[in-house]
Amino acid sequence: MKNSAAPYVLEVKNVSFSYGKQMVLEDINMQVREGSFLGLVGPNGSGKSTFMKLLLGLLKADKGNIELFGSPVQSFRDWSRIGFVSQKANSFNSGFPATVFEVVAMGLYGKIGLFRFLKKEHKKKIKEAIAQVGMEQYMHKNIGRLSGGQQQRVFIARALVSEPELLILDEPTVGVDADSVRNFYDMLKELNDKKNITLILVTHDIGAMSEYVTDVACLNKCLHFHGDKNDFEVNREEMMTAMYGHKVNVIEHNHSHDHHDHSHDHDDLDGVRS
Amino acid sequence: MEIFQQLTFLERGIAAGLLIGFISPLIGAFLLVRRMTIISEGLSHVTLTGITAGVLMMQTSAFFAFINPLYTGLLAALAGSLLIEKLRQVYKHFQELAIPIILSAGVGLSAVMISIAETGYTEWYAYLFGSILTVTLNDLLFIFLTGVLSMLIIGFFYKELLSISFDQEFASTSGISVRKINFLFTLLVALVISMSMKVVGILLVGALITLPVAAAILFAKSFRHVLFLGIIFGEAAVLGGIVSSYYLNVATGGMIVVTGIIILIGAAAVKKLLPEGFLSKEETV
Repeated sequence: MKNSAAPYVLEVKNVSFSYGKQMVLEDINMQVREGSFLGLVGPNGSGKSTFMKLLLGLLKADKGNIELFGSPVQSFRDWSRIGFVSQKANSFNSGFPATVFEVVAMGLYGKIGLFRFLKKEHKKKIKEAIAQVGMEQYMHKNIGRLSGGQQQRVFIARALVSEPELLILDEPTVGVDADSVRNFYDMLKELNDKKNITLILVTHDIGAMSEYVTDVACLNKCLHFHGDKNDFEVNREEMMTAMYGHKVNVIEHNHSHDHHDHSHDHDDLDGVRS
Repeated sequence: MEIFQQLTFLERGIAAGLLIGFISPLIGAFLLVRRMTIISEGLSHVTLTGITAGVLMMQTSAFFAFINPLYTGLLAALAGSLLIEKLRQVYKHFQELAIPIILSAGVGLSAVMISIAETGYTEWYAYLFGSILTVTLNDLLFIFLTGVLSMLIIGFFYKELLSISFDQEFASTSGISVRKINFLFTLLVALVISMSMKVVGILLVGALITLPVAAAILFAKSFRHVLFLGIIFGEAAVLGGIVSSYYLNVATGGMIVVTGIIILIGAAAVKKLLPEGFLSKEETV
């Protein structure tokens, strides 16, 4: 782990969750330290998104405890410390008449609070967040007119504008073209290195992700692996077999040959073919 | 409210119309982006139930003799909006079912009560299609108060309403209490519908909520843009409708809606004729 003395940002203890009779998550234990970049991987239907929703308090665990910055998620109120970027595809109506500025401003609304309005200092922060993701020249463009990669940057800016200490991203690269994916990961890496923002990246794209993260967690109903990336690399084959139930070959994504066909990103498993 | 007392009946009507032309598009913009404009139809028919109940109470009980049916209409709209929310939760996978259920219940109950009440055709006609010339001082006061209340709600909760309309999940994770704001929004819709009742009538209320923003969204790039253009188109429809109905000697509520349709067609034509990007110049924040 990157810094073993850093405090925990997230602690998950013995968490289980089921939809009706179907067990989706079983006895999950996980700790994420400040400043780490965790890649949470698992096949479709492995409970990744459910796990995200539990972390964000959108769903309630049947068993176990989740603590954010040391306080239980049920009573956690300081949501501006956490930024969330969801799968872009199903979270917004692309005909929505809003500019990039308006969308990013929404990231501050919870923090500003009821009965208060956007002030000059807020507008400055919004512009800074837009600049941080390199979208300055699109500030007053309609969000629906941007490409998938650009939209995803805007959603990152919306999550960053409240200056979160923890950023949670749920499959952020679905529907984003190959070149943008790489830029996108570079940008995340920079946020992690320079701003010391703790990142949790949920993805099924094991290949591309593993170059950037510091820690890896493999989820498929249970947590199959959770630890340092280097340990993961050593045990990778074994882990993959355990998780997917059969042997898998991971196609490496490197800067040197970054023209793999990413157009199937939304399919079952990019980067992992059996 | 002495200002109101000095107005002539025509001025009262115009004042009421302008208030409604301003607020309807505000609420319409939020309904539009949430794909919920149809809710205005459901609620307007429930409002009719409240109004018929009010009229019936006036006739049957001396105690209620001075009640303004607009207030009972508002109560029914509020109750209807809560029922729609409830039905949406019950039929999670068929949410659009809530509207026809409420709408038909509203119309059915109204039909029964209308048949009991001893009221002439003209009064019902006024509630169905609106009657700007019969806006009483009491009505104008009702429209003014509900209008101010609606504007305060929209003003104070603008950012929460916008964030929820855009992305409910994100709004929730950013610390906005989505359920409470959604509840407030439903009440707001009921408020606006019952205030518009007298001027455009039950059957035409939805038009003022929908038509101006339908025209506005053809040009708008930002949400503020939709609100701004929506208000301009809304007021234009109201004024155009009042003036043209005066000279043509036809129903004002109907003419307001017809003007709204003309504006919409005109907007679509302008959009088609103008070169791409002509109106999408940078907007300043």
